[in-house]
Amino acid sequence: MAKVLDEAAMAAAGKNGRGAGVKKALTGNESVAYAMRQINPDVVAAYPITPATEIVQIYSTYVADGLVDTEYVAVESEHSAMSATIGACAAGARSMTATSSQGLALMWEMLYIAAGLRLPIVMPETNRALSAPINIHGDHSDTMGARDAGWLHIFSENSQEAYDNVIQAIRICEHPEVLLPAMVTMDGFIISHAMEVVQVLEDKIVKDFVGTYKPEKYLLDIDNPITVGGLDFTDYYFEHRRSLAEPMFQAKKYILEIAEEYAKISGRKYGLFEEYMMDDAEYAIVVLGSTAGTARLAIDELRAQGVKAGLVKIRVFRPFPYEELAEVLQGCKVVAVMDRSDGLAGFGGPVFGEIRSALCDYEKKPVTVDYVYGLGGRDINVEMIKSVYRDLQEIAATGNKKLVNYLGVRE
Amino acid sequence: MGKLTEIRWHGRGGQGAKTAALLFGDAALSEGKYIQAFPEYGPERTGAPVQSFNRVSEEPIDLHCHVKSPQVVVVLDPTLIGPVDVTAGLPDDGVIIVNTNMSAAEMGTKLNLNGRKLYILDASSIAKETIGRDIPNTPMLGALAKVTGLLSFETLMDDTRKKLEKKFRNKPEVIEGNLKAIERAFNEVKS
Amino acid sequence: MANIKELSKLEEKFSSGHRACAGCTAPLVVRMLMMAAGETPVVSGSATGCLEVVTTIFPYTAWKGPFIHSAFENSAATVSGVEAAYKSLKKQGKYDKEVKFVAFGGDGGTYDIGFQSLSGAMERGHNMVYVCYNNEAYMNTGIQRSSATPRYGDTTTSPVGQVEPGKKQFPKDMTQIMVAHEIPYVAQGTPGMWNDLITKFQKALTVDGPAFVNVLAPCRLGWAVPSEKAIQIGRDAADVCIWPLYEVVNGEYKITYKPREKKPVEYYLKQQTRYRHLFRPGMESAVEEIQNWVDARWEKLKRLAGEE
Repeated sequence: MAKVLDEAAMAAAGKNGRGAGVKKALTGNESVAYAMRQINPDVVAAYPITPATEIVQIYSTYVADGLVDTEYVAVESEHSAMSATIGACAAGARSMTATSSQGLALMWEMLYIAAGLRLPIVMPETNRALSAPINIHGDHSDTMGARDAGWLHIFSENSQEAYDNVIQAIRICEHPEVLLPAMVTMDGFIISHAMEVVQVLEDKIVKDFVGTYKPEKYLLDIDNPITVGGLDFTDYYFEHRRSLAEPMFQAKKYILEIAEEYAKISGRKYGLFEEYMMDDAEYAIVVLGSTAGTARLAIDELRAQGVKAGLVKIRVFRPFPYEELAEVLQGCKVVAVMDRSDGLAGFGGPVFGEIRSALCDYEKKPVTVDYVYGLGGRDINVEMIKSVYRDLQEIAATGNKKLVNYLGVRE
Repeated sequence: MGKLTEIRWHGRGGQGAKTAALLFGDAALSEGKYIQAFPEYGPERTGAPVQSFNRVSEEPIDLHCHVKSPQVVVVLDPTLIGPVDVTAGLPDDGVIIVNTNMSAAEMGTKLNLNGRKLYILDASSIAKETIGRDIPNTPMLGALAKVTGLLSFETLMDDTRKKLEKKFRNKPEVIEGNLKAIERAFNEVKS
Repeated sequence: MANIKELSKLEEKFSSGHRACAGCTAPLVVRMLMMAAGETPVVSGSATGCLEVVTTIFPYTAWKGPFIHSAFENSAATVSGVEAAYKSLKKQGKYDKEVKFVAFGGDGGTYDIGFQSLSGAMERGHNMVYVCYNNEAYMNTGIQRSSATPRYGDTTTSPVGQVEPGKKQFPKDMTQIMVAHEIPYVAQGTPGMWNDLITKFQKALTVDGPAFVNVLAPCRLGWAVPSEKAIQIGRDAADVCIWPLYEVVNGEYKITYKPREKKPVEYYLKQQTRYRHLFRPGMESAVEEIQNWVDARWEKLKRLAGEE
């Protein structure tokens, strides 16, 4: 059990605004590498890719300086990165990797296998656009494409959240009732390369919090040999996939339990999503990642003008907290879903479809519209977000809406 | 967010615009401020015009959009003036600090000031005399601290020393040179 | 040298009852590897392919020791991860057993789709043995050509037609590519020469660092030979020197089997239906072409082994 902050310490931490820990100026990538050093996984197998390169680069220096016990496998591709991580995790080692964009795309096949084999791999993922055209900047196209791979998806607004989420993800994934892999994401460059103030916990506190990985069955247990990755025909495959679905249904509960425990050591409490000014909100937007902070400023300005604006920032995208989200959003007049990826589905982005379906059981429900924005790192600022709220007010007043909108693009 | 200050650095690839933003951010943190420091990423290589940015505030900073209207602009390389619109987005009460050996009056005519406040420092000469190389970013850090009052002289000196001690353990002359450069910048920056 | 009496006393680590075709030589390759390991535990991995498919049909497994399969092109990468875990846990004092690591792959999983993963794992120097059970085509999916398929081989994607004589290219020399990785041990064998192969496996398991053994594993279905001939046809490949048995230890070449009488390649080709078209009128030059190819390579190998 990790050291718990006493009430005085919690209060002091709260006064600083953002919980406990020493304040450091770190980029998103640095904060994730810092968390990984504290987690000290047995194996890291990774391949560099912009903008996640720094994570593995910094981690390599930890290995070179003997600061970690990790066996670092400098593989020749992301496909092999995930393959080796799978092998290491199945062998009984706590194993991590990190990637982005095309790298994640190259891992695709192995993502499904990591989940299917119930391996609790934690992978920081620096969100970046997918080619073509090639672009190194931040959007959510990469991980959104992997949303049905059986991984938990935890989004981070800033470097602090990336740090906190990586640490919590270890506990979530390794929970015996979960045993699924997780990707912890942050927006490429916007967060990964921006230095911000991050409050880091003491090494010992993190070490105690994550504990040691104790798999029930593993390859190196040679006295109890197992076969991993066998062949199922029509007689067993469905049951195995069904058993994969259940922990995804249940994971929310454990994510919240672990968040509770993490709040005790950090003073920072996380939920499945974060609400801002939602109690009486008539107009709400739903976002993921770094846009949330910018949106809060837009809301502050709008509230000052009397507009009942609110925000929902999704932290846990998989499992999708559809009931909880619908409960919060159903009272609004109009909701805009902000998709930082385009589903190219003829129906807007992926988050839109899910929010709409979450709301469909409610008799009284808000009008929902989609805004695809920020592709390839295109800037999203306070004015642009305010323009979305203006649109929502307009929809409420006139009933005229366009289902799928593109924000900040030259048409 | 009333106390938020946004700063834009202009330099050429290799002149340390990114490093300057990181050093400034780090030093501001040690004064208990909240900060952001980030470069603009593109295909720029050595010698090409580059930008980097700081946000500094007494409160946590939530903004994650581009810096469009900085209150302060720092120009590490005067040859950028002209090819690059260094005063873009700078408000009427904004401040611009330029590394130049020209007089303020002369520099003023080259810039589209419109009432905005100009400060100058011959950072290249200071760097050559103290560090031995034309690395204008350290003296310009001093000038920025002095002009904006965002950082005290002591904090900047302490923090820079700590940072450089990690990197130049065996080269005390580099550390002393940089600190001297900051000190001279504090004294020599002028409007 | 392997002693058959002693080997026969060892506990089998690979069970019977798997679903391989009668006469399949791939399971023999695994059994011989396990015999070579003796009492030392082995963690095995396999690429997707015949071997994996016939041995791991849930809820059964033919593997008595730990086994992992993840995908087709990554047997080497997957097992390299297992080996890294072992190294890490050992270094930290969390694990104290002596274990060997072996990755299996067919020629598809080795020469073609798994080539990059294999090259990476060998270059990184993992302490593991990679065994290619090379049956010279994608047999699992129905005899499609691979880069290991010999010239003129009749496969379902290099079929013999009215104008095409089967596969146009000579096979890629994977063994030489592995030698070029300058790993401590590289060898070629075939299960018909069981003593030679088990000895090679023993060496491969003993060296410190990566080892690669390319095993010609005749496929009775794809080569179209009778089940009872599958072992013999591998020996014939060694006898005609189309599949020379040799090893390269730290860069030093050694031919481990020199046929008393080097038979003409025709003797080998004629027994296999995949080469049937070469014995139709007008195809004489094709057999001659193969013979020349074999001779030139055999001479080159002898030179490399200092036997000239």
